[in-house]
Amino acid sequence: MSDFHMVVCVKAVSGSTEVKMDPKTNTIVRDGKQAVINPFDASALECALALKDDFIGFGMDVRVTVVSMGIPATESLLRDCIARGADDALLLTDRAFAGADTLATTYALKCGIEALDEDFDLLICGKMAVDGDTAQIGPELAGAFEIPCVTDVSCVQSAGFTTCGSLALIHGCDAGEETVYLEMPCAMTTAKEIGQLRMPSIAGIRAAEEADVRVVSAADVNADPARCGLAGSPTQVVRSFVPDRDQTCEAVEGTVPEQAAKLAKIIEEMA
Amino acid sequence: DEAAGAVDLDAYRDIWVFVQTDEHDAVAPVAYELMGKGRELADARGCRLVALVGMSPEGSLGDLEHLVCAGADEVLACRDERLRQNDAEVYAHLICDLVAERKPEAILYGATAFGRELAPGVAVRLQTGLTADCTVLSMDAETGLLQQTRPAFGGNLMATIICPNHRPQMATVRSGIFKAPDFDYGRSGTITQISLADDAKARVEISIPAEEWGQQASIADAERLVVVGRGIGSKKNLPLMRRLAEALGAELGCTRPVVEAGWLEYRHQIGQTGVSVSPKLLVSIGVSGAIQHLAGIGGAECIIAINEDPDAPIFGTAQYKVVGDAVEVVEELLAQLER
Ligand SMILES: Cc1cc2nc3c(=O)[nH]c(=O)nc-3n(C[C@H](O)[C@H](O)[C@H](O)COP(=O)(O)OP(=O)(O)OC[C@H]3O[C@@H](n4cnc5c(N)ncnc54)[C@H](O)[C@@H]3O)c2cc1C
Ligand SMILES: Cc1cc2nc3c(=O)[nH]c(=O)nc-3n(C[C@H](O)[C@H](O)[C@H](O)COP(=O)(O)OP(=O)(O)OC[C@H]3O[C@@H](n4cnc5c(N)ncnc54)[C@H](O)[C@@H]3O)c2cc1C
Repeated sequence: MSDFHMVVCVKAVSGSTEVKMDPKTNTIVRDGKQAVINPFDASALECALALKDDFIGFGMDVRVTVVSMGIPATESLLRDCIARGADDALLLTDRAFAGADTLATTYALKCGIEALDEDFDLLICGKMAVDGDTAQIGPELAGAFEIPCVTDVSCVQSAGFTTCGSLALIHGCDAGEETVYLEMPCAMTTAKEIGQLRMPSIAGIRAAEEADVRVVSAADVNADPARCGLAGSPTQVVRSFVPDRDQTCEAVEGTVPEQAAKLAKIIEEMA
Repeated sequence: DEAAGAVDLDAYRDIWVFVQTDEHDAVAPVAYELMGKGRELADARGCRLVALVGMSPEGSLGDLEHLVCAGADEVLACRDERLRQNDAEVYAHLICDLVAERKPEAILYGATAFGRELAPGVAVRLQTGLTADCTVLSMDAETGLLQQTRPAFGGNLMATIICPNHRPQMATVRSGIFKAPDFDYGRSGTITQISLADDAKARVEISIPAEEWGQQASIADAERLVVVGRGIGSKKNLPLMRRLAEALGAELGCTRPVVEAGWLEYRHQIGQTGVSVSPKLLVSIGVSGAIQHLAGIGGAECIIAINEDPDAPIFGTAQYKVVGDAVEVVEELLAQLER
């Protein structure tokens, strides 16, 4: 048992800008090619690793676990998280998880996190995934665990607060930014400003080679198949299409001074 | 296929709008936009439109008549000290209890910072679906199924989503998507006071509110923007671009490579991993128009794009296309504007 346990949820997303959809199920085709860790989750992991550095300075024993639901190839991304400083990793992979909406994804992640050998003090998600882009998993997961959640966190105050069981966070709200306190266990979602993920260390790379990433199925974590994947998803994508971007665009032609004169007129008329 | 948590669909009726207020009990503008759309949907379905609002104990019930003028048949108002701040857990408690009691067929939320924190918390507690950032909503009069269309992949793809077996159907909508209705002062509706359960407790304490952070100029709210990309050539051309921004009374935004090169700070970045903007005028200079960037400028009313490449994708979203060298065109434009 560690003194402080952080769980970071990371999602593999396509590094390329192309999207392939399965025309039958209207879900994303994930062939694992060029998969990268969702950029916001890289920041979430850095946040956990920076806190870990702080706490170690207070003589605490700290553990960072990364958890992902994804295809088997995601294992290599989790290993990379370990190379960068995470302690261990859990990969939920099963055909039963395929086609999950946010509720079914939340359920699977919750089952996985509950199957860890230790409860968490702090649960960290990225602010959003750049593909599905709902920003719902963090707050849904917090709701599922009945813990408070603060979204869009750009800064975590130093470990001084944290060692006494509460956190002080700066996060984006409708009026701008505010500072809040909350008790742990709790959840948060991170903005990119929180930090850029560090590079792997030599020791980290060695640790990653030896680390055993736990790869588990729905049954391994006692997940009810009826609540997983497509079957457990209340929402259904019934149609997907590429938006029509055609716009009537007026060319502003002529020599540069002529173009500039026309632009100045357009702008003036707008005011 | 009966998924876990499926419900008796016929027991659910009416459309609800969650009306967000700030700590001074002022209604967020997006709530009126949702009322306009909600009224349309309710008329299509032949059901009632209900506004749900939480306020501090001093909140004025008289002000809520505006929600009736905007289309509500009933306003459910809860005034409680615990609702002064927008705490997602407390509000989720309020909404879940009301849903259990009154069973709405659909609930709409603004996709504000708070709405995006609150709605998922409600969805998971009710074990129902939630569609994020919808841009089109329509109602099937017969079945009551809400067709929810939203962009994903930074706007690269649109998806239409339904929630067939679970209730309520829930969606969030960004501000500026739907039009706020004109007030109809002749409408009548009821205002019902409701109470919040004793065990709803805030666990997040605000120590420094946004107001005390001071006013930071945010590009998100700017009416005019000058947006620069890698095509401006180098950092030494930035002062010229700033001068243009000043001349136009505009804020400065940029693409991700400009931030990565250290020319501007992250808070200027526009796009999928930056800020979303909705200015009246956006002058885009030396920006290719990658999909991740376009994801942040969809709300702009008028885009003037300057790029040396006549086939640059940015022209696909622009109203005015200027093919030319960034520095030359801007220098000449400044000369014209400063004349
Ligand atoms: C076109 C399209 C539209 C969709 N629209 C909706 C919709 O409106 N509502 C809905 O419920 N579902 C929707 N989905 C499904 C949704 O994309 C999936 O549920 C997805 O598994 C998680 O949602 P997200 O990508 O939006 O994640 P987000 O909620 O944006 O992710 C936030 C954070 O949650 C964590 N996280 C997310 N996924 C995982 C994972 N697999 N493993 C570990 N951590 C993770 C990460 O920390 C991430 O940064 C849609 C899918 C498609 C293809
Ligand atoms: C997961 C992910 C998230 C991302 N998020 C974002 C984001 O939030 N925001 C963002 O902006 N990008 C984002 N990107 C990056 C994005 O894909 C593009 O790389 C980026 O937007 C390109 O920036 P740019 O247009 O400045 O540069 P370039 O693509 O290099 O384009 C420069 C343009 O300038 C033109 N040009 C060159 N010289 C001149 C001249 N002398 N005069 C006039 N025009 C000239 C060129 O024709 C070209 O069109 C993201 C990428 C990924 C993979």
